[in-house]
Amino acid sequence: MLDLHEIIFIVIGAIFVNNIVLAQFLGCCPFLGVSKKLSSAIGMGMAVTFVLTLASVITWLVQVYLLERFDIGYLQTIAFILVIASLVQFVEMVIKKHSPDLYKALGVYLPLITTNCAVLGVAIINIQKSYGFINTLFNGFANGLSFTLALILFAGIRERLEDADIPKSMQGTPIALITAALMSIAFLGFSGLI
Amino acid sequence: MSLWKEFTKGVLRENPLFVLVLGMCPSLAITTSVANGIGMGVAFTGVLLASNIVISMLRKVIPNSIRIPSYIVIIATFVTMVEMLLHAYSPALFKSLGVFIPLIVVNCIILGRAEAFASKNGLTRSILDALGMGLGFTFALVTISTFREVLGAGTFLGMPVFGDSFQSALIMILPPGAFITLGCILAFINKMQSMKAAKRTMVGQQVAQQQLSSN
Repeated sequence: MLDLHEIIFIVIGAIFVNNIVLAQFLGCCPFLGVSKKLSSAIGMGMAVTFVLTLASVITWLVQVYLLERFDIGYLQTIAFILVIASLVQFVEMVIKKHSPDLYKALGVYLPLITTNCAVLGVAIINIQKSYGFINTLFNGFANGLSFTLALILFAGIRERLEDADIPKSMQGTPIALITAALMSIAFLGFSGLI
Repeated sequence: MSLWKEFTKGVLRENPLFVLVLGMCPSLAITTSVANGIGMGVAFTGVLLASNIVISMLRKVIPNSIRIPSYIVIIATFVTMVEMLLHAYSPALFKSLGVFIPLIVVNCIILGRAEAFASKNGLTRSILDALGMGLGFTFALVTISTFREVLGAGTFLGMPVFGDSFQSALIMILPPGAFITLGCILAFINKMQSMKAAKRTMVGQQVAQQQLSSN
């Protein structure tokens, strides 16, 4: 049942070949919004990885044991967004109660994740590709790492851009997008890997 | 604000993508061809219009503390309807837009308009706001996808634009092309705005000087 070969395939594919931000364009808003400082990029990355893994698993269970069982697959979008929204709230409350340190690190970023299309996107892709439970778990986790990798690399570059001499009209979002384009080109180099 | 202004503000002055920089994910991902851009724009406008209408009508019924979840459920309902309509009547578009149709739910523009506009304004204004914002977003998508399709594939809506000798720049169709195009467009808009602002201050200074000299 545990097909190690396939899992490695999924993890490498998600992190490098089909990077969630740079190749699939999921989660662009936080990618551009929370990448001005390296420390906040790390916090956001951790929060997304955590929620993405949990959300993948739970939406998979909802899909298999509720939607497919009762033949109401057309409610997928509504069900998933509600599950994700309440999951984020729940995670926030649990972390706040049991681990104030972790809450301090992730707290600000958690509410933002509900509207992060990466979470809903990966949940839907898991179902579309008809992954099993284990594969879903690893796909969610790997996509979280993929987001974190892209975000941290990007934040590192943007911190340095602060000191660079950029034409006035390119400052801010435009130069960030061009930087993302160059990173995306770099990640294209992985495309032959699988 | 007049009703006409309510409509036009979304198209240029408060264009959701070019000025407010919201809704990046679909606009980067699906703009590989103009047809996709128009399809996404129409689907988006439909959802925005329907959710703005319902939220505006229910704005006095929905309790303040649970408004965000209520908005999300309303939006998700309409997204599901649009998804089913596209699946039934336009399977090709459904396939090429893929996961980005259900992802209209988490598009920040729609929730943003619900929260910032439809929940505070009457029906007529909300409809005009939705139409304007939808048109503005569609316009932005078509602009980006025109650049990408013409440069990357040498076609416009599937029709060849250049002769046979044209070597298309494949990179524009690939993911980096999306970032490059939007980056350049935003830089161009910044440039236009700063030029406009410079002109305004120059005119202001001239007026002030004239007044000084006439005194």
